[in-house]
Amino acid sequence: METTAYKTEMEFFVDMQRCIGCKACEMACAECETNGHESMIHVNYVERAVTIQTTVQVCMHCDDPVCAKVCPADAIAKDDFGVVHSANNARCIGCSNCVMACPFGVPKKEEKYDMMMKCNMCYDRTSAGKKPMCATVCPSQALFYGTREEISRMRPNSTPVNKFIFGEQEVTTKVNIMMPKGSTHLKVH
Amino acid sequence: MQHSLNKKAAVIALIATVICVVVSFYGSRKLQNFDPALIAYLFGTLFALFGGIYRYCVWLQRPPTWMYFKRTWQLAFTGKIFAHIYSLIADAVKNLLFQSFIYPRSKKRWIAHFMLASGCLAAFAITIPLTLGWINFTLDPASALDPGTTKLYAANFFGFKVMNFKLGSVMAFLIFHALTWCSWFVIAGAVVFLVRRLTNAGLIATQTFEGDLLPLILLIIISVTGLGLNFSYAFMKGIAYDFMSVTHAIAVILFLVWIPFGKFFHIIQRPAQIGAHIYRREGEKKGMAVCPYTGDKFTTQMHVDDLKTVTKQLGFDFTLEDGTSHLDYSPEGKRSLLAKAHLKARQEGGNLFG
Repeated sequence: METTAYKTEMEFFVDMQRCIGCKACEMACAECETNGHESMIHVNYVERAVTIQTTVQVCMHCDDPVCAKVCPADAIAKDDFGVVHSANNARCIGCSNCVMACPFGVPKKEEKYDMMMKCNMCYDRTSAGKKPMCATVCPSQALFYGTREEISRMRPNSTPVNKFIFGEQEVTTKVNIMMPKGSTHLKVH
Repeated sequence: MQHSLNKKAAVIALIATVICVVVSFYGSRKLQNFDPALIAYLFGTLFALFGGIYRYCVWLQRPPTWMYFKRTWQLAFTGKIFAHIYSLIADAVKNLLFQSFIYPRSKKRWIAHFMLASGCLAAFAITIPLTLGWINFTLDPASALDPGTTKLYAANFFGFKVMNFKLGSVMAFLIFHALTWCSWFVIAGAVVFLVRRLTNAGLIATQTFEGDLLPLILLIIISVTGLGLNFSYAFMKGIAYDFMSVTHAIAVILFLVWIPFGKFFHIIQRPAQIGAHIYRREGEKKGMAVCPYTGDKFTTQMHVDDLKTVTKQLGFDFTLEDGTSHLDYSPEGKRSLLAKAHLKARQEGGNLFG
């Protein structure tokens, strides 16, 4: 983490409506060296009986990460690039505080290891100037990693949003979600 | 980041250090059994004690840590206390002594960690009481004066004789070389981890030199120079003994001073895992939380309720308009709600794609 080729102009953009549920990202995620070959991305069907809607969820890398704040073992840290890293495995006590407190439902408790694991934006790749595995393989570009200029050229009728409302709580993130043009936030509740 | 002294933690750490000094003064029979050659190690040990307790107390004051600490002891002393004590001991043997939670991560990592941890813990158990003068060895006066008999050696704890053993016996060999066995264990474990850290791409990307590599290098230096001391007087007629002893002392003191602040703090932190196990087990008996979206049980209700308190203490408020909380939803429920909110926003925008 000391010397990196992390490209600060590159950003992550997610558009759930483009997700076709192919799960290529799940397979690719398991190739990430920092995950110990466990897939960290979540692809779920939502109300399968009435809709083909799927959700694709990477870690949103919150500006003020709740997961890190509620960790009783100081195992989760955010770096200078804003990447919120997976639990330090020497410290994580497997309490699941982060799993239950994350407003996006991202961290996973790996029961067999008695520890939490989560997406760290493929830090082995992004720190070397490459794209995260999931964004590399996504066939519909529901997951896109690139510059603001690229995304605005590709999606002229959308606006990247990184502000989310959960009741009384406003959460801002490093990862963006693509919303109708002119949107400023996504109100979940 | 600005750091200021945490007075409560400093007072507790100071009291504990003073108690240790007093116990060591009288335990070494007013320094009679204290080995002055270990004076530098003594100050290193006292600093590690002060720093370790200070950091532990600061750590405990964080809202989530305090919640787990408080709940663990509340739950351990509620209901079937003996059953709790039994499960605490069983869990400690399984997860602290044998670190069995590492085994599913990798068999090789578990073996290496077990060797590293058992070597370190045994070395602590030997060297700390020796440094503080709690343990000393004496030659039995009766056998010492009789040239025809085998010399008897006595091991004393706080000045009280604990056991006798014959010089030159197998027992004497094992006891006098106890730190040698520890060193071999530590070297074997540390080398496996060092090789892993130098070759695993994921670790290379996320590790730091001072946080991950230096602790291993330090342990190897301590163990190799420790072995070198023994090797020097046993096979080299004392050649390079001074060099070995100075290098060993510097490495050990650095290690001691670093315990409270670096990677080694996880040794002190790890018992919290047992608290998390009790919390889960006892919480299940009290009742599970059901996600309003998925309709499935996902964690204990106590966990959800405590998290609502802790997040508020930390400055987050996930309360919803109807008085419920976003934290009442399971991770899967939260992801689905986000996706549905996104779908709704897109539908209202008049175009699913853009």
